[in-house]
Amino acid sequence: MKKLFPFDWLVLPMVGIACAMLVWYGLSKTITPKVPTPLATWEECKVYVLEPFAKRSELDQGVLNFTRYSLVRVAKGFFLAVLIGVPTGFLLGMSPWFFKCFDLLFQILRPVSPLAWFPLGAALFTTFKQDALEYAALFTITVCAMWPTVLNTAVGVRAIPQDYLNVAKVLKLSAFQTLWKVMLPAVLPYMFTGFRLSLGIAWLVIVAAEMLTGNPGIGSFLNQEYLAGHYAPIIFCIIIIGVVGFILDRIMNVVERRFKTI
Amino acid sequence: MSYLNLNGVSKGFRSASGGRTEVLHDAWLSMERGEFVAVVGFSGAGKTTLMNMVAGLATPDSGTVQLEGETITGPGPDRMLVFQNYSLLPWMTAFENVKLAVDQVFPQWDNKWRREHTENYLKMVSLGHAMDRKPSQLSGGMRQRVCVARALACEPRILLLDEPFGALDALTRGTLQDELMKIRSQDDRTILMITNDVDEAILVADRIIPLTAGPRATLGPSFTVDIERPRDRKEINHDSRFKKLRKDVNDFLLGSAADKRNPVKVPAKVPSFGGTPVGVSA
Ligand SMILES: Nc1ncnc2c1ncn2[C@@H]1O[C@H](COP(=O)(O)OP(=O)(O)OP(=O)(O)O)[C@@H](O)[C@H]1O
Ligand SMILES: [Mg+2]
Repeated sequence: MKKLFPFDWLVLPMVGIACAMLVWYGLSKTITPKVPTPLATWEECKVYVLEPFAKRSELDQGVLNFTRYSLVRVAKGFFLAVLIGVPTGFLLGMSPWFFKCFDLLFQILRPVSPLAWFPLGAALFTTFKQDALEYAALFTITVCAMWPTVLNTAVGVRAIPQDYLNVAKVLKLSAFQTLWKVMLPAVLPYMFTGFRLSLGIAWLVIVAAEMLTGNPGIGSFLNQEYLAGHYAPIIFCIIIIGVVGFILDRIMNVVERRFKTI
Repeated sequence: MSYLNLNGVSKGFRSASGGRTEVLHDAWLSMERGEFVAVVGFSGAGKTTLMNMVAGLATPDSGTVQLEGETITGPGPDRMLVFQNYSLLPWMTAFENVKLAVDQVFPQWDNKWRREHTENYLKMVSLGHAMDRKPSQLSGGMRQRVCVARALACEPRILLLDEPFGALDALTRGTLQDELMKIRSQDDRTILMITNDVDEAILVADRIIPLTAGPRATLGPSFTVDIERPRDRKEINHDSRFKKLRKDVNDFLLGSAADKRNPVKVPAKVPSFGGTPVGVSA
């Protein structure tokens, strides 16, 4: 984009945020008095930020503690999504048989909401007693987050230039070597696009999953404050969830671009 | 029985309309060990299809391809190919690309030896200084040189070149032709090369075989290039044998195109001394 003036990349986004604050302030002063103003929100929530690692009780902790619980949960779910998604994507891209068998099923499962998956997860893991809900949450994250990895990997596999595969054939590379030295590097950029999108979804799903489990995390904290009728922490949580999601996306973007150069 | 034989090879593909188009029809070829044969043909005539069958990447619908009397059933590095398009793996350096092939073909050698072998061939195509560069950091000509080095390093029984310089500009193409001739003067490998450039064929090959215009293309009569080596690209232009050969091969190709019931588009003017490529190539 064209450079408008020095530091426009810093100043203009601040203008955007200021506009949003202004609207928020205006609303809370006029039609929605129950919603605290930006300043009141800060006053009420600064304890979470200023003592980010405090642990007063299970559901009253510093912001970084909550974020950490949630991130660990997301990491586990995302890891599982990648572990299942990459081989599934490879099969989908390589085998017309597999594609014809499962494409329709995947298209049907993909749009199902996390709120619908969770109860099924809880039913699946009842044998784990007190851990059942935690596993149900992981299940939900994994099932919802794996699709972009599956689909992007499949697209990447189909996009491998025939020339590369011909080189592998002429050199008589073994199946394993072809996969490891030719196919995987060729698909890697596509896979990382999938990973970035999957991580975004995993983070999107975490709030819903935690609301349903009640296990400590940013989502359950939000839910608890909602049930208690505290509005400031809700707004605060939304901002934190957004910022963390943004940072995750940035990190994945950097990783993705590193692998694009090949 | 010669070194390489194509015995009445035909190959067709299913066409978009559901029918079948026979791309190659009853192609015969015999080549002796150490010979350098160039197949010249129009773009889309089926040159790559022909080459893929010698390489073993495709199987003929009928007829056989035989190397030293054995029928070819699959691909292998003993018939290493320089592909028409850039076929280097872009995530590996020039060295790694060649080394991958060397590791594969000479697993019995120790690693130090394989490294040396790889380096020697890269130096042979004058890329000693650029071995650690990725293909994206190499020019088109350099990339194709790496491909040639990779193929030669496999020490194939027959080297297959599919329009190896087709994507290069005229100057680079000339340099690479000269290098190919130089390499060839030191190493009398059997080479089958495909090109759409009659001049290139006359310059580098011992024998030229035209591929008639497709569909149902077939290999025509053999034209022997009886011009002594080393050949010089500038001097050869004035050689009467060169002029005659060029005219004969071009006439044959254009005649074959005109013979087709549905003639492929033939350039309005018969290419005179200026126009090298026959047909419209990529
Ligand atoms: N796998 C395939 N399936 C269907 N048709 C094919 C296939 N491969 C080649 N053809 C057709 O066969 C014909 C010859 O193709 P081929 O690639 O052998 O031509 P070529 O002489 O190498 O052309 P160029 O000079 O452009 O490289 C073309 O009409 C092409 O459309
Ligand atoms: Mg071709």
